[in-house]
Amino acid sequence: MKIAKLIFRNVFRHKLRAALTILGVAIAVMAFGLLRTLVTSWYSGANSAAPDRLVTRNSVSFIFPLPLSYRDQILRVPGVKNVNYSNWFGGQYIDKQHFFARIATDANTFQTVYPEYLLSPDQASAWMKDRSGCIVGQKLADQYHFKIGDVITIVGDIFPGNWQFVVRGIYHGKEKSTEESTMYFQWDYLNEQVLKTMPTRANKVGWYTVQIQNPNDAARVSEAVDALFTNSDNETKTETEKAFQAGFISMSSAIITSLQIVSYVIIGIIFLVLANTMIMTARERIREYAVLKTLGFTGQHLMILIFGESLSIAILGGVVGILITFPMAAGFAKGMESFIPQFIVEPSTLIIAGIFAVVVGIISAIFPANRALSMKIVDGLRQVG
Amino acid sequence: MPDSIVEVKNVSKIYKRDTMDIPVLQNLSLGVPEGEFLALMGPSGSGKTTLLNLIAGIDRPSSGSINIAGTDISTLSESALAKWRSRHVGFVFQFYNLIPVLTAYENVELPLLLTDLSKADRKKHVETALGVVGLSDRIHHYPKQLSGGQEQRVAIARAIVTDPTIIVADEPTGDLDRKSAEDVLALLEQLNQEFKKTIVMVTHDPAAAEKAHKTRHLDKGELSMN
Repeated sequence: MKIAKLIFRNVFRHKLRAALTILGVAIAVMAFGLLRTLVTSWYSGANSAAPDRLVTRNSVSFIFPLPLSYRDQILRVPGVKNVNYSNWFGGQYIDKQHFFARIATDANTFQTVYPEYLLSPDQASAWMKDRSGCIVGQKLADQYHFKIGDVITIVGDIFPGNWQFVVRGIYHGKEKSTEESTMYFQWDYLNEQVLKTMPTRANKVGWYTVQIQNPNDAARVSEAVDALFTNSDNETKTETEKAFQAGFISMSSAIITSLQIVSYVIIGIIFLVLANTMIMTARERIREYAVLKTLGFTGQHLMILIFGESLSIAILGGVVGILITFPMAAGFAKGMESFIPQFIVEPSTLIIAGIFAVVVGIISAIFPANRALSMKIVDGLRQVG
Repeated sequence: MPDSIVEVKNVSKIYKRDTMDIPVLQNLSLGVPEGEFLALMGPSGSGKTTLLNLIAGIDRPSSGSINIAGTDISTLSESALAKWRSRHVGFVFQFYNLIPVLTAYENVELPLLLTDLSKADRKKHVETALGVVGLSDRIHHYPKQLSGGQEQRVAIARAIVTDPTIIVADEPTGDLDRKSAEDVLALLEQLNQEFKKTIVMVTHDPAAAEKAHKTRHLDKGELSMN
């Protein structure tokens, strides 16, 4: 028999208590993992932004459009490689519950500027040939069972009317973190319809995506682009794609901060659950610790026993928590995929959760270990129960 | 006390409770020759368990010295004292104090984990000790599966498994019925006579004290010869 065996037996001495404590730690680790994943998912758009892309928008607000004529001027700025333009379309598919992003984009430059969206040549060609064609991400297609040739009807709000789009392609993300939950359709289709029904709003774009040759020139190119339109009716603000997306995220910073705080509160709860168990355990075993000391076991041995037990519970709870995080995250992702397209549990989240579990296991053992070490044998032997 | 294996010299023990000093042993001296079976008797609070604890090295005297087999244990550090106890003292408690999650075998093996013995050697020692106490057929039983008398015999096996210099027993029959108590006393007697073990036993039971070679009475911290 080794000390490890005694630690293992001690962990499961009170099976119900051990199971509840391990479950408590596991649920806390899982909740921490889900909250952290929610936070990282929120930032995932900004984190996956390409370093060679800038976004140019109206300097007043994102909701004010820019003239289409800016495109050629931006293209002439030294260092600019390509320019794509897009409009947020909005609208409603079936009802408000069925939300996904719909964007009108310049199909000619789309794949060049956004190489992370992979589309087969046949499907790309079919999309280019069909004015009312659209492409959807694989996740979106899976969610709504969209197939090539399906017609998607959207009731417009920003751009009123009943809009029909034919699915001509299903794109895949180059990376696992690339979003696959958006519908893109030809900006020309939108502009043609707007020209007929709301001519004053025609030839306007929501934003330009500027692909640059060298990411190190981002600041210089941004300044040069904005300088082109200084003192015009539509001054621009150009920033990196990451900064642009971070600006969106900052609007919900209070929620994100709250989530982060709650995730750390959960760590505190794990600590209280485990510390309570360990304190109860040590109190019950004071007499046994005194007996072990009588037999010649030293303080170091008792520390191994107590820290080993606390760490075993914390690690078991942590492992179970991490294991149940995956199915829970998958369920969460499925339920929220329209709103949070990238709900992926990052390895770093699991590592942080695991480290917290271990740290909590160590801290929870400090008080009972100190009590056992400082106890006089004769006092411990007098302990009843 | 030239041939004594246990030499207690001018030992006093004073407990402090808040600001009060409570003297338990006063300038006490005692010698126990090697191979002796000594019983310590006396009323509750007379200091007999305190004296036993001092001899076993689980408590320290306020003054005086305790020499066991040539080692002045009152001068040893905590870690040295722990090591000394593991080698030289076998302790038998009134309430057995077995670890409930360990089998009889594992309980007896516990003190051997502090030695350099191999697993095979530990097995031999444990089986021998459990054989001496007559529990070879109960080695895989947990304490809750044993009677009180059997538990105490396992505790005695644990006390003798390291072949200690002395065995100290604090009311070893105090929690047992008459039959079990007789079995345990017979076992202690056997250890003393057959294996020449030095035993110091605290007891309230005159029948238990009769098994000893010598009985010393403690009263108000002072010793008297029977």
